[in-house]
Amino acid sequence: MGLVGETVDSIKSIKIRQLLTQAVTLGMIVTSALIIWKALMCVTGTESPVVVVLSGSMEPGFKRGDILFLTMTKDPIRTGEIVVFNVDGRDIPIVHRAIKVHERENTGHVDVLTKGDNNDVDDIGLYADGQFWLHRHHIMGRAVGFLPYVGWVTIIMSEKPIIKYILIGALGLLVITSKD
Amino acid sequence: MHSFGYRANALLTFSLTALAFICAIASFSDNFSNQNPSAEIQIVNINRFKKQSYGNDEVSLTLDITADLQSLFTWNTKQVFAFVAAEYETPKNSLNQVSLWDAIIPDKEHAKFRVQTSNKYRFIDQGHNLRGKEFNLTLHWHVMPKTGKMFADKIVMPGYSLPDAYK
Repeated sequence: MGLVGETVDSIKSIKIRQLLTQAVTLGMIVTSALIIWKALMCVTGTESPVVVVLSGSMEPGFKRGDILFLTMTKDPIRTGEIVVFNVDGRDIPIVHRAIKVHERENTGHVDVLTKGDNNDVDDIGLYADGQFWLHRHHIMGRAVGFLPYVGWVTIIMSEKPIIKYILIGALGLLVITSKD
Repeated sequence: MHSFGYRANALLTFSLTALAFICAIASFSDNFSNQNPSAEIQIVNINRFKKQSYGNDEVSLTLDITADLQSLFTWNTKQVFAFVAAEYETPKNSLNQVSLWDAIIPDKEHAKFRVQTSNKYRFIDQGHNLRGKEFNLTLHWHVMPKTGKMFADKIVMPGYSLPDAYK
């Protein structure tokens, strides 16, 4: 009876140790991903160093599903730069090009008007009611580089959440059933 | 160690890494291209020059734009976005840039062009400072690659000016 009890205990303890090791490994993976993301935020100076293009308003340059790399420096905003901005009250950032810039003497305050390359009209209709210009605090970053097609993963996952759950479930299953 | 899952995982990781590496090299190769674009802009006519009801000046003009941007195209170029902007200074604003016309150039054949057009976007000042104003016309280009780093530059052409009186 004591021998069986000992064996059962040892089996249980191995399982627990293995489980804990796997949990710690998983935690390490998630944490290092987070560290890389935060480091990217620091290096590029913007809160979202990578964005996915969601609309076709910048075609044929940026199609839906491309990803853009952003930076934000203290350099003044000039026409032609592709800027990413948030309109007050909307949470989806918009990626368009600055077509008009008026910069004040001394204060450095700047009024910016943007327009999507593929749109016929400028963005005044997108801004908040009564707002005619964007200011520096609306702008989150400038696009400096891009990769095609990679963003489709994010779009699919946000539009069909089922796929997100399936992926996470499969990953979880892989981690649990792996022998190391 | 040799199950389907492991092999699929290894294959996927390797192919993604290789793809990322190739994209990076393609983008890096853009640094070695020799670029010498040229452009010339003439103001054919000032069509309208008046003060709006809000008190802001507005100008409508016709431009003749000749440009050769063929040297900007590399094998990694998807399109070149070119636009002409007027730059000037006013007492209130240290810099005003107003885009007057833009075009998307999809390939090298279209990169050498001459176009005569009235301004696509309205040239409106913040205020009424445009009478007799001297301004620069700049041709900007923004090279959008098939993958990787985008780069932009411009040619500044100074010496244009607006008439002293409304028309």
